[in-house]
Amino acid sequence: MSSKTMIYSELRASKAYYFLLASCLAVVGLGAISFLHLEHEGHYVTGMNNQVVWGLPHVFAIFLIVAASGALNVASIGTVFRKSLYQPMGGLSALLAIALLIGGLAILVLDLGHADRLMIAMTHYNFKSIFAWNIILYNGFLALCILYIWTMQDRKMKAFYPYAGFFAFSWRLILTLGTGSIFGFLVARSYYNSAIMAPLFIAMSFALGLAVFIILLFFTYRLDKRELGDLVLNRLRYLLAIFVAAAMFLELARHLTALYITQRHGIEQFILLDGGIYTLLFWIGQVLIGGLIPLSLIFCRALKNNHWSLLLAASLVIVGGLVQLYVIIVGGQVYPLELFPNAEVESSFFDGSISSYTPSRWEWMLGLGGVGLALALFFVGMVVLRFLPKSLADSSVEDS
Amino acid sequence: MSQINAYRRKFLAALGGVAAAGLASGVIVREVKAASPDVPTRPEDQPVSNKVRWGMLIDINRLTDGGASMVEACKREHGWGNDPKASPEQQAQWMRTVKVTDKLTKHSFTLPVMCQHCEEPPCVDVCPTGASMKRADGIVQVNKHICIGCRYCMMACPYKARSFVHENLTDQRVHSPRGIGTVESCNLCVHRVDKGQLPACVEAAPQAVIFGDLNDPTSRISQAMKALGGSQIRADLSLNTGVRYLGL
Repeated sequence: MSSKTMIYSELRASKAYYFLLASCLAVVGLGAISFLHLEHEGHYVTGMNNQVVWGLPHVFAIFLIVAASGALNVASIGTVFRKSLYQPMGGLSALLAIALLIGGLAILVLDLGHADRLMIAMTHYNFKSIFAWNIILYNGFLALCILYIWTMQDRKMKAFYPYAGFFAFSWRLILTLGTGSIFGFLVARSYYNSAIMAPLFIAMSFALGLAVFIILLFFTYRLDKRELGDLVLNRLRYLLAIFVAAAMFLELARHLTALYITQRHGIEQFILLDGGIYTLLFWIGQVLIGGLIPLSLIFCRALKNNHWSLLLAASLVIVGGLVQLYVIIVGGQVYPLELFPNAEVESSFFDGSISSYTPSRWEWMLGLGGVGLALALFFVGMVVLRFLPKSLADSSVEDS
Repeated sequence: MSQINAYRRKFLAALGGVAAAGLASGVIVREVKAASPDVPTRPEDQPVSNKVRWGMLIDINRLTDGGASMVEACKREHGWGNDPKASPEQQAQWMRTVKVTDKLTKHSFTLPVMCQHCEEPPCVDVCPTGASMKRADGIVQVNKHICIGCRYCMMACPYKARSFVHENLTDQRVHSPRGIGTVESCNLCVHRVDKGQLPACVEAAPQAVIFGDLNDPTSRISQAMKALGGSQIRADLSLNTGVRYLGL
């Protein structure tokens, strides 16, 4: 770890802290109510249906899961790429990764038609299914993060720190590859079926995980009145810009490829030109708010060292990421499956027509409940163990 | 004591009567639902064999109603289509008729679409627990005991053949239980095929549909397909479907 002596301490459990934690738990409570309602009534109370089978809960769940693997990057850059500036934040980064993943998985599991059969999902494996692989990847990721934290916090385990860091980094890349492949392997859906979904999700995870990390790092340090210098924040700022640009670049490549394939012109025209809300979300939400504005905020010389512009940029990246996942998951489903190319089709099962989807309040509650759970776990973790460096002021961190 | 014996005699006589009636009705039922020559009866103690592959050939030109009677027969057999709380978009549809009009020629036809019982089913590939499964005889169906309701198979199916049960259901068919929170689809009336009977939809359109063993070159369906062909929907996916069409 860093050659400078860095002192870590638990987060002080102040009144503000308890207020924050209570707020998170209240949101978790809403999620729990939603789950019980869904379990009791069935999914007819949601906006999801037989045309749009995955909806808002999946947007939140996949956001959290993707952000989880990205949140670990700060630790990985410190350990695997030996950048000492990042090393003091390694523990916090691994804690956030665990918290986000548990939040995301909770949504995914509680949205199942049979959440009570979780044990079946853990014991019956179809190894040709990327979903089954993901169950193993997610559990493995949690275990590796815990091991990683152990090697950071226990002097006796210090010898294993680089190895744990390397394995966790490799595992997280494979994990996000698996998450992207959930869509990439859908042969029949023209908006998904592409190998580029895997690297796209990896780039998204870098950006989203880092954006969440920046915001939580900043407000945690504010909450506990600790010093956080420009050196750390500026490094994270430019790293965020690289990740946002990478995600945009891969999205561009994905759409250009699809535009070259005649079979995919229909779905591309829908998303890019005449898809109503989905077109609006794509251009305004994903490209402008989630991409161009944050990049402008980061690279605007007048806003250098401006913390609030960085926080705004990170917040917009999060909003853009949620929108991007909404466009991918919901937009990709509302466009009809093409059973008969070059033909107009109609049926009682909505063949050939654009489906509609409006998330119900239960879906919002379940999705936000997962976010609340992730934040609550993060806040509790910081009070229980020494994750936070006493100071991340410019004088305390080592530039590299 | 004699009164008790009298009761016993009456009870035994009644039991005998019930048993006799049951046996007789069994015989009658068996005679009424005569095994189809296209579906050889498999002894119940024999496992399902991959020597057989069940399939269906639908001649669209001979379907006077575009397959609507087949859909109705399926609804009656499996009891779907009228779930009380589900919205129209949430209603299960194991089978539907699709009207297809070519954009250039304006040629139009209607055909029934359901699970195509692929040889390489994407729904089976993606299912995390193995609930979405293909039987040795080619029937693709959902094992409702281990379906966790993730709906990944619905995302993967190129034919939109699967539905999710969005609510608690009552008054279900004994031979075709449907469960809240699980995915379902056409199972080629597996309960009938196992008894040597034709699927309900095939019985509803005997003039247009042949059901039988695709692996047996002498079966009626194999002979018909050899002579007339049998197109697949989305043949480009190379899934080698068990449901084939004439007139596509």
